[in-house]
Amino acid sequence: MLVLSRKAGDTIKIADNIEVKILEVKGDTVRVGIEAPKSVDIVRGELIQSIKDTNAESLSLDIDWYKNLKDNK
Amino acid sequence: MTQPLKEIATKFHGKIEVDLSKAWHFPKGLPGFEEEEEFVILPIGENQEFQVLQSTKEAGVAFVVANPYKIVEEYDFKIDDPTIDLLKVKSPEELMVLGIVFIKEPFEESTINLQAPLLFQTNNRKAKQMVLNDKRYLIKHPIDEKKLDEMKEKTTSGKSE
Repeated sequence: MLVLSRKAGDTIKIADNIEVKILEVKGDTVRVGIEAPKSVDIVRGELIQSIKDTNAESLSLDIDWYKNLKDNK
Repeated sequence: MTQPLKEIATKFHGKIEVDLSKAWHFPKGLPGFEEEEEFVILPIGENQEFQVLQSTKEAGVAFVVANPYKIVEEYDFKIDDPTIDLLKVKSPEELMVLGIVFIKEPFEESTINLQAPLLFQTNNRKAKQMVLNDKRYLIKHPIDEKKLDEMKEKTTSGKSE
């Protein structure tokens, strides 16, 4: 992992089309602005992790419950 | 023209033959299932309110899905640019929306994922699970008992859309 120290107002360029700007550092919160092509998904990491977890949990349906749905019990 | 039929192993339907021209292509897979790019939608018996989204590659990868508008009538969200780009969406009419259902026991405690709806572009059959940057909707939105009863009732009385 590349680690860079930046101050508020500083930027980081990724490839030639993504720019990350440190907008503000306040206490333990860093506000970050990201400029990227519109084809690039930008999602908070913990949110995508929750979606992954829930997708995985949703698979664990067992056959009995499937049958219940099938029979409209 | 011959139909591209293929026999696949499924989680709930045993071995079946599917028409791949009716498959949905997820260019990026689903979060946590990035390798699964091709799915078919299969019925659950006579139940019209729930369906199965089955991977054509992995029998074990099958999600129960439902129409989120049946659960939250006022459900609305903005489609982000990466999704518009990926699915080549020109108008909202091209889209079908489904939510992944997390079936729990008892069934009344089941939830639906409203924060990451599945979008299906019905013209080019591309699809994506889009993650909403919208705190109004939950990843585990309860399917309340009343809605569930309505959905079941509709199914048993044989009424369709």
